[in-house]
Amino acid sequence: MFTNETLSRIREIVSSEYVTNEPEDLYIYSRDQGVQDPHMPDCVVMPSSTEEVQEILRLASREQIPVVPMGGGLVLSGLSVPLKGGIVLDMKRMNRILEINEKSHYAVVEGGTSQGMLDAYLKKNFPHLKHSLPDAPPAATIAGNIAIHGSGHLSQSQGGFHSEMVTGLEVVLSNGDVVKLGSCSTVPYWFSRAPLPDLVGLFLGWNGTTGVITKVGIKLYPRPKLHDVLVYMTEDIDLAPEVLTRVINTETAEDINYALSPKPDYLNGFQMMVINITANSEDEMALKKKIIRDVLKDLYETKESGFMPVPPNMKTGFLEAPQKALSKFADVRRGGGFEYVGAIMPIERIPDACRAGMEITARHGITYSLGARIIGKGHCAMFFFAYPFNRVDADEVEKVKMALEDTNEASLRLGGIPWKAEVQGQQLILKQMDPGTYSLMKRIREVLDPAGIMNPGNWEVS
Amino acid sequence: MERDYIDILHRCFRCGWCKFPSNYQDFNCPAYLKYRFESFSSGGRMWLIRAWINGDVEAGHRFSQILYSCVTCKNCVEACALPYIKDKLVDVFIAARKDMVEQGTIPPQVRDYFKAISTSGNPYRLPAEQRAAWAEGLDIEPYTDQRYLLYIGDVGSYDDLGKAMARSVAMLFKKAHISFGILGNEEISDGNDVAAAGEEGLATHLAEQNIKVFSDKGIRRIITLSPHSFHVMKTVYPLHGGRFQVYHYTKILRDLMGKDLAPGQLDTTVTYHDPCYLGRWNGEYYTPRAILNAIPGLRLVEFDRNMQNSLCCGGGGSNFFTDILGTGHDLASRVRIRDAASTGAQIVAVSCPQCYRMLDDALKAEGLEEVLQVREISEIVADSLTA
Repeated sequence: MFTNETLSRIREIVSSEYVTNEPEDLYIYSRDQGVQDPHMPDCVVMPSSTEEVQEILRLASREQIPVVPMGGGLVLSGLSVPLKGGIVLDMKRMNRILEINEKSHYAVVEGGTSQGMLDAYLKKNFPHLKHSLPDAPPAATIAGNIAIHGSGHLSQSQGGFHSEMVTGLEVVLSNGDVVKLGSCSTVPYWFSRAPLPDLVGLFLGWNGTTGVITKVGIKLYPRPKLHDVLVYMTEDIDLAPEVLTRVINTETAEDINYALSPKPDYLNGFQMMVINITANSEDEMALKKKIIRDVLKDLYETKESGFMPVPPNMKTGFLEAPQKALSKFADVRRGGGFEYVGAIMPIERIPDACRAGMEITARHGITYSLGARIIGKGHCAMFFFAYPFNRVDADEVEKVKMALEDTNEASLRLGGIPWKAEVQGQQLILKQMDPGTYSLMKRIREVLDPAGIMNPGNWEVS
Repeated sequence: MERDYIDILHRCFRCGWCKFPSNYQDFNCPAYLKYRFESFSSGGRMWLIRAWINGDVEAGHRFSQILYSCVTCKNCVEACALPYIKDKLVDVFIAARKDMVEQGTIPPQVRDYFKAISTSGNPYRLPAEQRAAWAEGLDIEPYTDQRYLLYIGDVGSYDDLGKAMARSVAMLFKKAHISFGILGNEEISDGNDVAAAGEEGLATHLAEQNIKVFSDKGIRRIITLSPHSFHVMKTVYPLHGGRFQVYHYTKILRDLMGKDLAPGQLDTTVTYHDPCYLGRWNGEYYTPRAILNAIPGLRLVEFDRNMQNSLCCGGGGSNFFTDILGTGHDLASRVRIRDAASTGAQIVAVSCPQCYRMLDDALKAEGLEEVLQVREISEIVADSLTA
């Protein structure tokens, strides 16, 4: 139980200016930008070192106080909202970039380092290198993003989710023990999770329910000099998987995205496939574009689909990473909010996912933006069903909540799995999960968090 | 609070773009940089004001600290992703402060700041008779019918560094035979930071008093020492009927460079700190740089965060006088000095008396006096004239 004594002891661990139980601060940390209900923390703490995180977890473990790690706080599905009160551990003071290994292509950063800061650091000091940026605003953290299996602009070309780009972790367990995972556990380098037994997965996709990530090793990739974009459009909803697969198989694109939105009006009904291409020379760029055009030639010659001339202002937005324009979606309803179900699913289900999204939003009387990012060489798609809402319209908020539930169910029905799902979505997944997996998750939780203090309420296996 | 502002509070998504400069290299909102809690970001402030209006939080000590930690630097305005709210962000915060003033829920430091100006005519509680002390021995004429009024303002009149800056600018103008006079002990506060702190009545009173004095004396052209004075006189005074041609002193100085002022060789490396009320508030980035670039031998190097992305010194929005942000390693002024040192510059050039004091204090706090100096632009020009 959290008491004044607990607060005093936390203030002995972390400088008191970074510990708060002021109602105004608790109000902000009790909610995120989505539609989930608020839950008040007892306090918010901003540690500055692994040792401080250890001490806090030791205290919390002894006194059975919930601890909710928080990165950028941008997940929208309430994963860093303290469902059972306790301590919100805002990690953003731990934002040092500890190492860039230029030759072995990895960075080691502290658990609160933002995507934006690492990007800026690389651009300034290692302009030939980059990491995969998610579509989230720059305040999103590297650790927070891998803890939810995030993806980004290199997920197609460089082989997967950001969690697959992790080369090692330092994690503080619920009892305060600190563990290093991957090559860094054995040698001074953070190059790989192999060849050791891969324990990193115990903390990826668990949304902070198994430990607090205090350091991350993350892969870096070459940053080509040139960047351009092609946009392929079709009104045929069933054509998208074919177009996407053909482009993927050319292995010339860096990032491939798909989008469908009723706004602006003149684009209503069109599927847009946004193909980002990078190159180190004009010749390479021209060749890559030619290869992509060639594989789609028989399709666009029918005039049923084709490449869209991209106006300069639109192109600037497409080339931006992260894209500021995505945050504008929150204002579609002039209400400062949007919520979405991300669903990881097979590429061939994209048309059905679109139909499901349109049907659900029509039924609930809300609007939408639908889309997907290709992950790996077509190994799956990160599909998103995004629903903007007006924060002051309680009726609309309720409709979006109901649409989310329907969308989670539809995603599972389509063979997809909701991504960074809110508690209700998690329970839907668990209900459908193989019993052996379910049981293993439960046992792992019991071993890693015997006191049940780590982000309780999430991924709870009864 | 005006309906226009209430109607946009909920439209903030709290996406956090407002915390950063355009390259995201570090936090660029002085309040968030210092406190780091989400509540101290511009988005947090928007959500809390809405919660306050809805009765979900009270305007207690923490609320007022959060509201008054905003230094009105407009980084959030520059960085916000939402076109329909971005331009109004700082206006909303100031409007909330106005309501707090009316309700008597402002921090004691802010109350004392208003009291000092109300009773003494300046935030230092010093006698008006000392206002012109900076000009002693310079043989500067009181304003009668000269071409320009040189308006010095509170910091230039009472702060040691501000006074040095005022002397330097005035001496250059004299050297260049600019026709100007000063109000001396007749000067009063310009009201800019009072308005930013939410005391609209007092700010309006100061504006009207200044306008009356300027009008009675037939003043048509005003050169200001401070970007804060420049801003309020140029953009707010006309709303009260005071229409003057207002110049920041750097504009006049630039026009003198290479003509009435012929700089000699000055072998030094300088980085220029953009003051928010000249830069983001009024879009003036190039004039001060043009002055520095006109000095032979001077190498101008840029901060990573410059112009629209400049990190504020932390002195705006009345914080210079109220010190709500207090002390600490993550104070914007100290971060700015560390950034300046990393450019390799020997001098940080400033063009605002508030920035001058804030950065000079930070230089000492950082212990970097051996490698870096904070100098005001006219002082650098003066050095070049004697070089």
